This record gives sequence, C-alpha cells and structure tokens, in this order.
Amino acid sequence: MRFQIPEHELMGPGHVACPGCGAAQAMRYVLKALGEKTIVVLPACCWSIIAGPFPYSSLQVPLYHTAFETAGAAASGIKAGLEIQGDTDTTVLAWAGDGGTFDIGIQALSGAAERNDDILYVCYDNEAYMNTGIQRSSATPWGAWTTTTPVRHFKNRPKKDIMMVMAAHKIPYAATATVAFPDDLVAKVQKAKTIHGTRFLHILSPCPPGWKIPSEIAIRLARLAIETKIFPLYEIENGEKYTITRQPDGVPVIEYLKFQGRFKHLTKSQMDDIQDMVEKEWENLLSKTERSH
Amino acid sequence: MKKVITGNYAVSYGAMVSRSQVIAAYPITPQTQIVELLSEFCADGLLDAKFIKVESEHSAMASCIGASATGARAFTATSAHGLALMHELLHWAALGRLPIVLANVNRAMGPGWSIWTDQNDSLSQRDTGWLQFYCESNQEILDTIIQGFKISEQILLPTMLVLDAFFLSHTSEPVDIPDIEVVDTYLPKYNATYRLSTENPYAFGGLTGPDHYFEIRYKMQETMDQAIEIARQADEEFERIFGRSHGLIERYYSDDAELILVVSGSIASTTRDVVDQLRSEGRNVGMLKVRMFRPFPRQEFRNAVRRAKKVAVIDRNICVGFGGIFYQEITSTMYGHRDDLPIFGFIAGLGGRDVTPNVIHEIVTHAETHDTPDTEIIWIGVKR
Ligand SMILES: Cc1ncc(C[n+]2csc(CCOP(=O)(O)OP(=O)(O)O)c2C)c(N)n1
Ligand code: SF4
Ligand SMILES: [Mg+2]
Repeated sequence: MRFQIPEHELMGPGHVACPGCGAAQAMRYVLKALGEKTIVVLPACCWSIIAGPFPYSSLQVPLYHTAFETAGAAASGIKAGLEIQGDTDTTVLAWAGDGGTFDIGIQALSGAAERNDDILYVCYDNEAYMNTGIQRSSATPWGAWTTTTPVRHFKNRPKKDIMMVMAAHKIPYAATATVAFPDDLVAKVQKAKTIHGTRFLHILSPCPPGWKIPSEIAIRLARLAIETKIFPLYEIENGEKYTITRQPDGVPVIEYLKFQGRFKHLTKSQMDDIQDMVEKEWENLLSKTERSH
Repeated sequence: MKKVITGNYAVSYGAMVSRSQVIAAYPITPQTQIVELLSEFCADGLLDAKFIKVESEHSAMASCIGASATGARAFTATSAHGLALMHELLHWAALGRLPIVLANVNRAMGPGWSIWTDQNDSLSQRDTGWLQFYCESNQEILDTIIQGFKISEQILLPTMLVLDAFFLSHTSEPVDIPDIEVVDTYLPKYNATYRLSTENPYAFGGLTGPDHYFEIRYKMQETMDQAIEIARQADEEFERIFGRSHGLIERYYSDDAELILVVSGSIASTTRDVVDQLRSEGRNVGMLKVRMFRPFPRQEFRNAVRRAKKVAVIDRNICVGFGGIFYQEITSTMYGHRDDLPIFGFIAGLGGRDVTPNVIHEIVTHAETHDTPDTEIIWIGVKR
C-alpha cells in the first residue's frame, strides 16, 4: 500500500527559504499531515525568517514566534491555555531547529517531555546554526566544517544522540524522518497526531548553503543519509520499542560525504573512521530493535 | 471571608479569586508557599486551572506567554534569581502585549546568597514594559492581583506586583478574601481581541523591520500613559464594590508637611507609625507611599509635594554607580518643576537589614538638620 500525501497546502509559496531548503519542505509535509487545526510555535531559527516578516505569514495556520530557548515551554503553555478554554483537539506543534532543540532549548524540551505535555515537537535538523551563519551545534556531525569549527580545527565530537535523550524521557512516540521519504514522514506525523502526550520528530533537513551543496542535490543527499545508515529511519515507542522503518541499502558513507563542501577537507582515513562510527551506531540500533521486539 | 494569612497566601488567594486559568511557576525561597497553596487549590478543584509544574522560571514565563496568547488568564510568582532568569521573557510578554500577572517576592540578589528582602530584583526589570506595584500589606497584595488583571486586560500590558520577603511574605495579617462571585462582577472573563485560534489564524511576533518596530514602542508608551488613569479607575471601582482602595501614591499627612518621606513596600507601615509619633510631637512630617512605580504617576507625585519644603526618599535598593532608584525617578520627575525643593536620597535596609522606627527617625533628623543634601547617596546604618 502506498501512503497518500494530502493535497491541501497550508504553506504558501511566498516563504523566503533558500532554494532546496529541507526545512521548508519538512514544514510543508508536516502541515499537510496535521491539517488546519494546528498551532505552530516557532523559536528563533531559520524558520523565523522563512515564515515571512510582519505583517505576512507563509503559513495558513496560527503561528507564535517565541524566544530561542522556549519552544517546549511555550508550546506547553499554549496547550494548557487551549485546554482550559475547552479546545482539546488542536495540535500544538513546536517547530525548532537543532540549536533550539539539542542546545539552548533542551531544558524546556526536557521539562515538557518529562511532564508528557500533549505537544508535537519537531526538530528540523540542518546540523548547525544556520540563521546566524553556519556555526556548530551539538547536532553538527563529526568531521564537519562550520564557521566556528574551521577545517584546521573541525568538529571532533560526535553528533549528540537526541533520540536517545528523548527515549530516556519515556515519551509515547519519537521518530526520525527526512524530506527524501515524504510517505514515511507523513505517515509518522499522522501516527503522532493520534497519540496523546509528548511526541518528538527528528527530521534531517539538508541546507544547501550550510552544507555547501548545490540546491538540486538536497533531496538526493537526504536519501543518501538514510541509505548510508548515517541517519536511519526509525521509531521509538514509550522509550523502549524500537522499529526501523526503512532498511538502508548500505551505501558507503563516502558517497554521502563527497558531495558536501563541509566535509571536503576530510582524508580517506578520516572517512573510514566515520564509516566505522556509523557501523557501530547501526549495530547499536539493531540490537535495541531486536531486544524490544 | 476574613482570614489571618501570610503575604504569600494572600498571593495564592488573589490568584484563585481572580480565576487564573493557567499557572506556571517554579519554587524559590521565599515564594514557595505561593506555589504550594496554588497546587493544593488546583488539586482540590477549588481553582479550575492548569498548573504547569515547569522546570525553571524561564519556562514558567514562556508557558505563561503561550497560555496568555491563547486568551487564557495566566499567572506566575517568583523572586530574585527566578525573576532575573525570566528577564528575556519579561520583555517578550510586554512586547507581545500579554496581560499576565506576576507576583514577585522582593529578595536580594546573590552572591552572597541572601533570601532577605530588597528591591534590586524587581527594579532591575524596570525597563521591561511591565506595570509595577509595590505592596504594603497582605490585603493590598491580594487586592492588587485582582486589580492587576483588571488593568492589564484593558491595556494589554503585564503587571508585576511586589511584596517584601518575610516582612510580608511570611508575616500573618487579617485579610478579607472576597467572594469569588463578587470578584466576577469586578473582573469578568477575559475576552482577548487577538488570540491564537485556528478559526482566525494570525502570526504573532514575526520579523519586524525598522518601518514598524518603532511604533510598537510608541504604542507601549502611549498605553503606559493611559494606564495611570485606568489604574485609578480600577481602584475607584474596586472601592465601590469591596469598600477599600489603595491609591497609586498614598498621601499620609503629606498635604501640609514640610518634610515628606517617600517610601514603598513594608517600610511604609513603619514610617506611618513614625509619622504619627512625630506629629504628636508637633513635627511637621508626612509620608508618600509609592504604590504604582510603573508607569510612574508623575503628575500625581508633583501635586503631592507641591507645598513641601523637603523630600526624603528611602530606597531599599541601589543602582550601583548612581544611587537609589526611587530617588533617581523622583529627582527626574521634579526636574524643572520645583528646583527649590531639596531631595534627599537615603539608602537603607539592603539585604533585609531591618528598617526600624529608629532608622526612620535618623533619616528624619538628618533631613531636618540639613538644608540640602551633602551627597547624592546618604547611607543609613552601613558599617564602614
Ligand atoms: C538567547 C538567544 N541567543 C542567541 C540567539 C541568536 N540565534 C538566533 S537563531 C540562532 C541559531 C539557530 O540555530 P538552529 O536552532 O539550528 O536553527 P537554524 O537557524 O539552523 O534553522 C541563534 C544562535 C537568539 N535569538 N537568542
Ligand atoms: S540557510 Fe539552510 S535552513 Fe536556512 S533557509 Fe537556507 S537552506 Fe533553509
Ligand atoms: Mg540548525
């Protein structure tokens, strides 16, 4: 059976994202899946700009801009405000970048998740602070160049495992997704929509200027991230039940890295190191999946 | 119903009879009992509210902002470091034009860690666009919460009311807790004009360029100017319904006084007693209690000191590098109006040091025996 992606658009063409922006496409799909009864909470990130300046909005659903580190808490407040006034079926969608999620906003997110507040939190992950000009975040992968990790001192720590962090909160639903597999993405959002409590979606979102790639290969790279097992597609239910939603083809990581300017300084042996790290993480994921079924 | 309760409980009761709908708060000494009693009210169904037990004051304010943006009545309480942690969000609430009410228990900032009272925490938030009320008694605390929502929901700016650590927060006084149905007649359900609603989608707070931002500030100031009259009316209407009012600046034997002491918070109670005593000795001293600090009722203040020969401002705070903050406000208020009026700026009671009747006497004697102040900061009771 093929998943049907709803035709109705809730994101207008007047947004100001760069060509090939994965974050813009991610929003489009997520809103299609959620429908009109959605309120978007937006901390500072590229999307604060993409949404359009006052008095415009590229979204046809209500949108609340909030401070950088507050997506989780502001979303909780909005949900409580709606509920006490009798609106129990509007989805409150916190929509934050990796910086607003992995770094500065992790406290508010952890608070909301521990309380299991009834919100859908989406992190669109472009693996750096793009709004402020490509600085490293804790989501930046090992080996990557950013403006604060110059090539002679590239990022030498692995990407923070945010899914494990969220799983540790025992929230009912957490999943990874990417814009290269819209069926999978939309299905996960639709599933999340039927669940109450804190739901977390981690969407890998290619960023042409930040990754130093031509915009026309953005989707191809997102696909390669999955096929190389760098960014596996899976779900975690109640912090325990792991399900891999797509078996990767197992393409060598070099096929993903070589297209990206942010990795072009890496030597063959450094790429081999990345391959080893990826294999290890994948084995980890497999064993968690096996154990939970 | 009359009950003997602490200032903290007066806050909780005030939030309850105001029918707060969303409460998000985080414990900090000496505010904790506010949160505890409100949790009990919610647990017992005495208050039909969502209480979000957030993981920080920062998130408390962020949650109040979210809730208020949906049109719900939102309340929080904090103190000192908690208020400081909220700073960015205090601006956000005011610029977002959200009628949130916050009770702040005045506590000194650390280090060294202090849990005792002074006003530097709330006065550090002076420029965030919140209304600020300094309370003298537990009754005033409770009433100011109700009035705060009443005023804020008309003007769409948030209100902070302030009570002194321990001198009010932990001191019991008889308080009249009005019937919630009577409060309903004074403070009807909040009906937000602009709210987050999927039926009428708006985007709030997006990128605002130089073509529009300037006017946001202009409108805030315009509203703050109107807030003085609206607060006055709210206080008058309050008196008609509940039989008591508190004023914006309370005059106590000040109309014919040669020396006027300008005070705020619980120091006002002590000063009141000292004024009574001095008056009985035939000394011509009066008091002005500044209850409303933001917006500052400048005209009312000027009128109140029209006939004074001297003004002595008592600050339980200090803007380090300048002096007392109320002093600063009052000298600027009087600039060009009564250049013949000497204004003395006293700093007393920092970090919760007692401001006893003797301290007030010392201040009065100093002002009476000097024609003009020798310095811009007159320290009282400091160990040098
Ligand atoms: C408290 C605070 N610190 C810093 C900033 C500046 N700032 C705005 S967006 C941003 C980076 C956002 O990164 P991310 O969340 O990954 O979103 P992206 O821009 O990559 O989409 C930063 C550092 C801010 N707005 N607020
Ligand atoms: S910088 Fe990257 S994330 Fe930001 S709008 Fe452009 S493509 Fe999208
Ligand atoms: Mg980012």
